[in-house]
Amino acid sequence: MMPDLGKYAFAVLASYGATFALLAALVGVTVWHRAKSIRALAESEARMEKSDG
Amino acid sequence: MSLWEYANPKKFMALSGRLLPWIVALTVLSLGIGIIWGFFFTPDDYKQGSTVKIIYIHVPAASAAINAWAVMLVASLIWIVRRHHVSALVAKAAAPVGLTFTLIALITGALWGQPMWGTWWAWDPRLTSFLIFALFYMGYIALWEAVENPDTAADLTGVLCIVGSVFALLSRYAVNFWNQGLHQGASLSLDAKENVSDVFWLPLVVCIIGFELLFLALVLIRTRSEIRLRRAQALAARERLA
Repeated sequence: MMPDLGKYAFAVLASYGATFALLAALVGVTVWHRAKSIRALAESEARMEKSDG
Repeated sequence: MSLWEYANPKKFMALSGRLLPWIVALTVLSLGIGIIWGFFFTPDDYKQGSTVKIIYIHVPAASAAINAWAVMLVASLIWIVRRHHVSALVAKAAAPVGLTFTLIALITGALWGQPMWGTWWAWDPRLTSFLIFALFYMGYIALWEAVENPDTAADLTGVLCIVGSVFALLSRYAVNFWNQGLHQGASLSLDAKENVSDVFWLPLVVCIIGFELLFLALVLIRTRSEIRLRRAQALAARERLA
């Protein structure tokens, strides 16, 4: 299944590895940022409701 | 109905919320198909051997990095001219995604260049303009973080974005008007004679579509997060005043 990359195996695999690592980090930070924003807004809205009600 | 209606955060959140699951599904599908097709089911190039497989990440990442700056430029201009907050947040959200794509293009370019050119790096017009382009991305993100007032930050980063567009253009067209350096010409062209062979071209186009969709999905998610944080800050400010 794995193609024979010959003498260029390092260049090809390192390129794909670096790309997947950077994309995984970007997606991870984006998901974390999203969760943080949902939590912050929920807390603010809950505080507002408490003070209004 | 006008396009400007979607500058309203509520309408933007509603529309993007409906579109996002489809965009994410299409991103996974196109990136999955493109990468698997390109890596496992394409032959080696007669000159470049198996390093040609790097094309499926290097070219889409470089292309998406430049397009990301174009999106930031349009969003910044909308902010500067019409003061729509959502457009400023779109520009802010796009920058880290564009920077990541720029770094992918630089790293995979170095890894590809070493076996093909015998060097990781050369002060070639396209490589140099792309490196400066990456520095503009970093400066743009740093400026957003450094300025406390969000409107002032959007103004200043908008101006920086306009200036940086020169390097976005240079990154794309440097090989066309500087006939020096190591980097080859465009891999994709409307002129079929200049294109790479179909066996490489088809999976490459699928990967390019995948990277552009990934950009769109991430920018929408990040913009929605920025809108929520702005709303939370506004509520906190109202609470302090009450």
